Amino acid sequence: MTPATSGSPAPVAETGRVLIGVLALQGDFAEHLASLRACGVEGIDVIEVRTLAQLESVDGLIIPGGESTTIARLLLAFDLMDPLRARIREGLPVWGTCAGAIMLATEVTNLDRPPIAAMDITVERNAFGRQIDSFEEDLTVTGLDGPIHAVFIRAPVITRAGAGVDVLCRLEDGRIVAARQGSLLATAFHPELTPDHRIHAMFARMVLDHAPGHGRARAAVETS
Amino acid sequence: MTTNGNTNGTSPNRATGTWVEKSGLAQMLKGGVIMDVMEAEQAIVAQEAGACAVMALERIPSQIRAAGGVARMSHVNKIKEIQSAVSIPVMAKARIGHFVEAQILQALGVDYIDESEVLTPADDVHHIDKAEFSVPFVCGCRNLGEALRRISEGAAMIRTKGEAGTGDIVEAVRHMRALWADIRRIQGMRDDELYVVAKDLQVSIDLVRDVKRLGKLPVVNFSAGGVAGPADAALMMQLGAEGVFVGSGIFESGKEFPEGSRERLEAQRRMATAIVKAVTHFNDPQILAEVSQDIPESMRGQSVSSMAPSELLAGRGN
Repeated sequence: MTPATSGSPAPVAETGRVLIGVLALQGDFAEHLASLRACGVEGIDVIEVRTLAQLESVDGLIIPGGESTTIARLLLAFDLMDPLRARIREGLPVWGTCAGAIMLATEVTNLDRPPIAAMDITVERNAFGRQIDSFEEDLTVTGLDGPIHAVFIRAPVITRAGAGVDVLCRLEDGRIVAARQGSLLATAFHPELTPDHRIHAMFARMVLDHAPGHGRARAAVETS
Repeated sequence: MTTNGNTNGTSPNRATGTWVEKSGLAQMLKGGVIMDVMEAEQAIVAQEAGACAVMALERIPSQIRAAGGVARMSHVNKIKEIQSAVSIPVMAKARIGHFVEAQILQALGVDYIDESEVLTPADDVHHIDKAEFSVPFVCGCRNLGEALRRISEGAAMIRTKGEAGTGDIVEAVRHMRALWADIRRIQGMRDDELYVVAKDLQVSIDLVRDVKRLGKLPVVNFSAGGVAGPADAALMMQLGAEGVFVGSGIFESGKEFPEGSRERLEAQRRMATAIVKAVTHFNDPQILAEVSQDIPESMRGQSVSSMAPSELLAGRGN
């Protein structure tokens, strides 16, 4: 296909740093990159992921907001879908926001074949209606001190969370909008559109905790 | 930017129709292709090809040029058919200044309204007061002044106009270069020189300061008007577009196959797919060469330099 524009970085065990990719096929990947850079967690580097070489190089991946059908088609068209599934099976930490959460779900309402199908949740697309029904709201997320201002844009909801899934956030009506299963994180809203980077910091720590040689990576965080 | 949102019944701290919501949807469209469609069947082709949204309109611009007469908002039945055919966002065009077409489109629940010079203007002085609406608007521009005036009126997304329906990229390039030249000029200015810019462009000093601070428009900016294949799409991305609108470039292609045939629709699907891939990998000539293989003939088009000034659409609504 194409040569990666950047060479593969040195492994985590040597540097104590991790590389977090943002899938950059379509959507608001630039906002995620900026939020990661500003999230205050030391020991992370960030790259855009468009090629197989870039995908193979990362220690964690964010699937951004965008159009899930577009992103899914581009993953297939550029032969990235199977390698991504393989890396997730091996334990790659992945966080999906909005379209990204749809991408991760094993079941998507009104969709025969869910795109990546990795996280044991059912997601309903456009669960709140059309764009005029999109909304902002302050919500409480498990693991964060104090509420977060959540921006929902033609957002999905998680209608079912499997046995191994921790629910991190619900709306007042009880519907689930953030969840975690092992190294997979899904949010129906867009922390990348606000100046509050706490969920980016949470994910960056997930990647640091998970990466091989993380002991040294952790030390770098704690001493900085 | 002000928030003209309102809270609705479900939760005391919930707000809809805010500036963050309106401009945020455009953020989700970035790196994508928005395709003009007239029929549900075309909308399905667009979605399957990877369009990030579709734009419903009565006739694609090349047909508007050929047909003459008055070009209006798409028929309500057609918009509803398109909305029920696809899951991606559905946009629709309203005539410049025709705020009742916009009210109807908002009532239909379209996801974005394009107040568009491609349709026959309904008001030759005023644009729609877009801040009054819950639904977001995209508007065309030829330069920074037009872009900022539309943003002042409430546009949450901008597209450079180009010259729709021609298949000639020259005007799209001219407008994108003009926009970025103005932005770079402002970035090089002292703060006390921005007042005269605001005066010349007839916009608020705050918007001019935003442009200097951000080094770009304060909203997402796509390219439109003349993209006729993957190379054109990647050209506009390299010139600073954050995504592209394609109209006639897809559904006027593949004319080597009979009208209404499966082959022609398949050819158009290939063209649409190639443009989507080109926008993702706009900076990679190797991939651009690969995606350009086996695409159908581009639309024959019409060179803008051969046209009379009265035939040009981009001058409408400045």
